[in-house]
Amino acid sequence: MTWPGTAAGPQGVAAAGPQDAAAAGPQEAVAAGAGQLQEASGGSALAAAHPGGAAGTKGRRPTAGPWTRFLLRRTGRLLASLACLVVASFALIHFVPGDPVRAALGVTAPVELVESRRRLLGLDRPILEQFWSYLSGLLHGDLGTSLTSSLPVSKVIGDRFVSTAVLAGLAFAVVMVVALPLGMLLGILTRDGRRRRLELAFVALANTLTGIPSFLLAVGAVTLFSVGLSLLPVAGRSGPSSWVLPVFTLAAGPAATLALIVRVETLRVLSQDYMRTARAKRLPTRLLYLRHALPNMLTAALTLGGLLLGGLVAGTVLVENVFAWPGLGTTIVGSINSKDYPLVQGVVLVLGGAVLVINLVVDLLVAVFDPRSTVLET
Amino acid sequence: MQRSSWLRALRTPTGAATALGMLLLLVLAVVGPPLMRDAATTFNTSAIRQGPSGAHWLGTDALGRDVLARIVVATRLSIGLALVSTLIGVVGGVLLGALPVVLGRRAGRAVRAFVDVAVAFPGLLVALSLAVVFGVGARGAVLALGLTAVPSFARLTANLAAGVAEADYVSAARLAGASRGRILVRHVLPNIGEPLVINATIGAGSALLAFAGLSFLGLGVQPPGYDWGRLLNEGLNRIYDAPVAALGPGVAVVLAGVAFSLFGETVAQVVGLRTDSRVKGAVPRLALAGEAQDGAVRAAPRDDLVLDVEDLTVAFPGGSTPVAGVSLRIHRGEMVGVVGESGSGKSLTALAVAGLLPPQATMSARRAEFLGHDVRALDDRERRSLLGTSLAMVFQDPMSSLNPALRVGRQVAEVAEVHLGASRATAAGDAVAKLAEVRIAAPALRAQQHPHQFSGGMRQRVMIAMGLVAQPRLLVADEPTTALDVTVQRQVLALLRRVRDEHGAAVLLISHDVGVIAELCERVVVMYAGRVVEEGPVADVLARPAHPYTRALVESVPDMTTPRTRPLVTITGRPPDPSARPDGCPFAPRCPRAQARCTQEDPPLMAMPGTRAACWFPHLDERAALAAGPVA
Repeated sequence: MTWPGTAAGPQGVAAAGPQDAAAAGPQEAVAAGAGQLQEASGGSALAAAHPGGAAGTKGRRPTAGPWTRFLLRRTGRLLASLACLVVASFALIHFVPGDPVRAALGVTAPVELVESRRRLLGLDRPILEQFWSYLSGLLHGDLGTSLTSSLPVSKVIGDRFVSTAVLAGLAFAVVMVVALPLGMLLGILTRDGRRRRLELAFVALANTLTGIPSFLLAVGAVTLFSVGLSLLPVAGRSGPSSWVLPVFTLAAGPAATLALIVRVETLRVLSQDYMRTARAKRLPTRLLYLRHALPNMLTAALTLGGLLLGGLVAGTVLVENVFAWPGLGTTIVGSINSKDYPLVQGVVLVLGGAVLVINLVVDLLVAVFDPRSTVLET
Repeated sequence: MQRSSWLRALRTPTGAATALGMLLLLVLAVVGPPLMRDAATTFNTSAIRQGPSGAHWLGTDALGRDVLARIVVATRLSIGLALVSTLIGVVGGVLLGALPVVLGRRAGRAVRAFVDVAVAFPGLLVALSLAVVFGVGARGAVLALGLTAVPSFARLTANLAAGVAEADYVSAARLAGASRGRILVRHVLPNIGEPLVINATIGAGSALLAFAGLSFLGLGVQPPGYDWGRLLNEGLNRIYDAPVAALGPGVAVVLAGVAFSLFGETVAQVVGLRTDSRVKGAVPRLALAGEAQDGAVRAAPRDDLVLDVEDLTVAFPGGSTPVAGVSLRIHRGEMVGVVGESGSGKSLTALAVAGLLPPQATMSARRAEFLGHDVRALDDRERRSLLGTSLAMVFQDPMSSLNPALRVGRQVAEVAEVHLGASRATAAGDAVAKLAEVRIAAPALRAQQHPHQFSGGMRQRVMIAMGLVAQPRLLVADEPTTALDVTVQRQVLALLRRVRDEHGAAVLLISHDVGVIAELCERVVVMYAGRVVEEGPVADVLARPAHPYTRALVESVPDMTTPRTRPLVTITGRPPDPSARPDGCPFAPRCPRAQARCTQEDPPLMAMPGTRAACWFPHLDERAALAAGPVA
């Protein structure tokens, strides 16, 4: 199980347990996502019976009502989560034992310097006033001032954010481009118990990949490709070749997870009654899979893909530190070690906010792509 | 749990490997530090940064300490820290997750909302932030990881507890006046213990990896202490001169993590929480493959026979033959009903006729002609074209037989595009016309909708419309009304009749409902145990059944005159197992008229007045007995 799986793990098994669905992932890494998938597919079967526009012969689409409510609910949840995040990141500096400025500057720093820094951070003012100025600063894009470099945090984070975002984005693209076709192909090849050996080999390999945390994979990849074969740079960000290892070590685990799920989803879809209808129409193979099977797997793939993207963003922290990648991950670890609390606050806020926004966007996409719009009901 | 199931789990390769791995970890954690601490901690300036050798299998580090010894000694600390943080997570999670049970509805909902928000944050960020608060070091990291795991365990507990709280015995306890706290301790917690323990075990594996991550980042164990993550961090600095120093602890982390996860999985399997991951149920095989081709093979029937199947047998691996020697002839425009109990082989007969049998089934027949073509002799392209245009299927469950992801109009239009070479626009227009033909109001609008916006009866009409796009010669309807309301059933049946009247298509109607067949069909075929036991005009067969089984079937249908005080007539016993059919007549064990001959000789289908029946002692009371002779 990969790092972000720490949070997802326990629910996964519980969800897979009582439901005995065909979609239950083979191993625990799969179960992390399978829980959600099953809820999604189980829910859709129920929703098929929901009245919607079916009752009347007027034939109208479901009214804007559910959509409005859905948007309100999801936006509300995002705002609540963001509020929690802001409060938490504000509180961070106040929960540090002792005096954060003294801790940052060390015992030898002169008292005047500590005092001036305290004033700079506003730590001498009442707590509510501090929170208010923190909030109004945030609204103006002001994340405070770095203790070590005396630069605005927003400036320190700015470039690094792009670097991390591109890394996570590329890795996500690799995940989708590799896992979706691969999982579907393997589902088709191993349907109704064919090619047992291929199935076994794939499941074993994919599960191994999901079981290795990305930073360990990165260490192994560096050993092999950079040190052993001297094909790729060990660390740093320079030419295109320096992107290869970070992107692929970041993508490998999630891609394996997604491919496992997509294969099981493919098997599930292929066994559905509507696929028998499609076969009864004697459609060519291409249409059978691309037109009739694929759209029914997209919801599940997108849902899990979104979860994986959130995990990828967080996962950059470790991988960046293996490759000394100039991004938010190396920044946050460096700032924790140098006790540069405003910078820590800033990175936590930006990375956490990014993950929350991604989750919302994925929810919306899934709702748009799912013709039954079952997510609207949840 | 029973000891035997544990032993059985131990004998599987995974179970054995898991047990071995856990045992090894335990041994290393217990005896590793006392045995190897010297080699792991003593500086040896004469052996600095050595590569792997006989004395030092994984080489030495910058201070001449044996790398392998350090990895072994680090086992205890690495696992210990992971277990402690998991314990914090589980205890915190159970306390938080059980709150809704204790607090009551409103406060409980607030707690769940909080947990939902907390779960949404990426664990790594939470752990890093908490590590800042608790201070960099092993203690801070344990607390941070433990607290990070709290929300997910809280959600698990809340979900499990909510499930248990619905149970009857909890309601009973509540009615009896038990307090919420008592319900939690006495009823809820004991019943969610197992899944919690299993998830905690798997969670410990994750915590192990996570802790290695934190130490690797320099935020966990601090020197001179060392766990696997710390060793990995030190090893990465020397990756050029000694890659094994980095790989060694990495491998240890992965193996230990896998051992914990597998252990949780194995426990879960033994206690039966998770089922076999293999997808159950056969996925029907795609009968046809190849490229799309335009141009239909035009049907050229030699006579008015649409379908001519002789001696059809469907067999499954393992010797089961659910369809054994069925012959079926359907004439142009004829409506034929096939009736029988579930398991009589009627649906498989329909699927075999349509070439849609599941992949593991094998089919054989003396003759299998559709519109005069031997379907077995056609090549893929021809068969697809012939069956795609001239044969239409309507399945039992309209709720699941339409593709939920595609617009209804698209699904209807598809056949015209693929098999008739129609343009997309033409096909779409045609689809709307067909929808109108099956009496779907506002067809143009409806064509733009998805199946979930249709009722069951409408979906079944869409299925029929789909079959009408090309000019079908045969419509095979497998229990088309079983899943529908009675009023909707009549509409669909009326539509099937119109399909025959207006398109001249023959209809093969499979049903367990004698009434449906009596209403719609001209001829009826009664199936029992994979064979035809009686066949003839509906009026004759159902009014004066010759075969005792047909008679029992007809009598078991209640009508308006059936006295309601008496129990419904049922046929006692069960049909024979298709893999172990007895000698003689398959109905003999259940037959009130059975005699010695019935259990010895299997009766063939014999001509009788107005019908053909496979019975040695048919009901011929009201009929003039006819010399019964086998029909060729």
